[in-house]
Amino acid sequence: MKKNRIKVIPAKKGETNRVFARPATLRDIDNHYCAGCGHGIIHRLICEVIDELGIREKVIAIAPVGCAVIAYDYWDFDVTEAPHGRTPAVATGIKRTRPNNIVFTYQGDGDLAAIGTAETIHAANRGENITIIFVNNGVYGMTGGQMAPTTLAGQKTATTIYGRSLRREGYPIRMLEILAPLPGARYLERVSVHSAHETLRAKRAIMKAFKTQVDGKGFSMVEVLSMCPTYWGMSAIKAAERIRSDVATFYPLGVVKTY
Amino acid sequence: MGKKILMCGNDACGEGAMLAGCTFYAGYPITPQNELTAYMARRMVDTGGTFIQAESELAAINMVLGASASGFRAMTSSSSPGISLKQEGISYMAGCELPGVIVNIQRGGPGLGNIAPAQGDYFQSVKGGGHGDYKVIVLAPASAQELLDHTSLAFDLSDKYRNPALILGDGLLGQMMEPVEIRTQSSGNNIHNKPWALTGCAGRKPNIIKSLFLGDGVLEAHNVKLQQKYNTIKAAEVRVEMINSKDSDIMVVAYGSVARISKAAVAKARAKGIKAGLIRPITLWPFPEKAISEIADKVKKFLVVEMSAGQMVEDVRLAICGKAKVSFYGRMGGGIPTEGEILAQIEKIV
Repeated sequence: MKKNRIKVIPAKKGETNRVFARPATLRDIDNHYCAGCGHGIIHRLICEVIDELGIREKVIAIAPVGCAVIAYDYWDFDVTEAPHGRTPAVATGIKRTRPNNIVFTYQGDGDLAAIGTAETIHAANRGENITIIFVNNGVYGMTGGQMAPTTLAGQKTATTIYGRSLRREGYPIRMLEILAPLPGARYLERVSVHSAHETLRAKRAIMKAFKTQVDGKGFSMVEVLSMCPTYWGMSAIKAAERIRSDVATFYPLGVVKTY
Repeated sequence: MGKKILMCGNDACGEGAMLAGCTFYAGYPITPQNELTAYMARRMVDTGGTFIQAESELAAINMVLGASASGFRAMTSSSSPGISLKQEGISYMAGCELPGVIVNIQRGGPGLGNIAPAQGDYFQSVKGGGHGDYKVIVLAPASAQELLDHTSLAFDLSDKYRNPALILGDGLLGQMMEPVEIRTQSSGNNIHNKPWALTGCAGRKPNIIKSLFLGDGVLEAHNVKLQQKYNTIKAAEVRVEMINSKDSDIMVVAYGSVARISKAAVAKARAKGIKAGLIRPITLWPFPEKAISEIADKVKKFLVVEMSAGQMVEDVRLAICGKAKVSFYGRMGGGIPTEGEILAQIEKIV
């Protein structure tokens, strides 16, 4: 595997002609994510933001349970794991004891919107000065593509083999809109990584979310719509197209709440 | 001797934590431990620490996990049903080798049970409680003073071994008011002894805290390392109180509040001419199996008394290994064995 890898050389200090390179805080290791998965892009965006803000030595991240469970293998800063869904509670314990550190969680839709719903809502309601990067790809990837709380109506998954029935399985959850009325939630934006254009917007949102915390403004969360070609049962290109045509229709992109 | 204050066991427990340098507490209301949560709420706010009334016991233990990962002394408390919910976090903390103190002021079970004292959580406390092969250091105080002293000690042991420690009390101990000397031998938190803590990676390589080990054989090696640590704790940290162990025909074995009652029953038996003694395990894990086994070389009758259907009695039988007759007397669901009941059992067996 190693010999086939494309070697990307990181930007060196003082270089001005380089336009694209691996962020310094993104480790140079083999990627375990499936082809066409959005996690790699989102990991990278976070690292770019941390590098640009110069906060690497202050960052403490909390990795989720899900496909990104080994996010700490990619990130070159302090990270802890958390039990499934308890991620914002762990973040609360860290941020309250280390208010000068920059604390963020990275969570999937099962972690944040199913098993960890209470932790998410109450961390936001307490106005914890933390940042949540919420990756919404509408399925449980790591366990084999089961229905997530965010799975769209009619979507086929391992546990909705005839498609999600609203009558049987209920409705997909829009978490940002649930959090929006809470005074403790300060900055909420939904973005996507299905195109270069949207990926650039996603980076700007992640930057603003981290700045929200750096400036002590309180709870910030960015929901990133992401592709799961493997469990959507389609090519990477079609998966990206599905976000534009279907997913972003139900989960509208843009700022849900700001200060 | 320091100043003595009349305080309930729950408050004494909280003060023991403060004296040990605990700066983070998260909890969720449940009877009969509510005084402790309220005590921590006041003390943390007054001293600049952190108090959080969490949305659930699950959140509370994981806030403690986070604070502990940051290198601070952190505690949560609850009573039986709430402790069941905390088992997930305790298993993760054991797997991640994170310190932290958990207080269980036990009540009657199973299920919602009642709010009366009980000792039905012994198995849960000493056998692991959550999933996986792990152990938690378990201290069993028998007075308000010991709730203070043992809570302080629990922080030191927990930090020393990077392992969760549990205080196993009950509603009787938590609610009862007694004179308590405000004292501690704890050295307090020392962040410099925690190079593994998450502080931000300034001037060092990043720290990763995890219990996930996916590589071939890596998790087995991690488990072997944990077991070696548990063996070290077993060799070094057993604590037990013995009364009349040199010349008894019958030894009562009891812990916590039942040990207090048994002590009085043993004294009454002695007054009647029965040579009775008491073994009081102070650490329930590690269990004083060697001490009990040695006594069983001479004493041939044992009576285990618990506020349960018989849980610790299994560990006593394992320690004695058939060398002596082990009888059991227990009350459940909030029933408290009386001095008279225990004395009657002693008289029946001896």
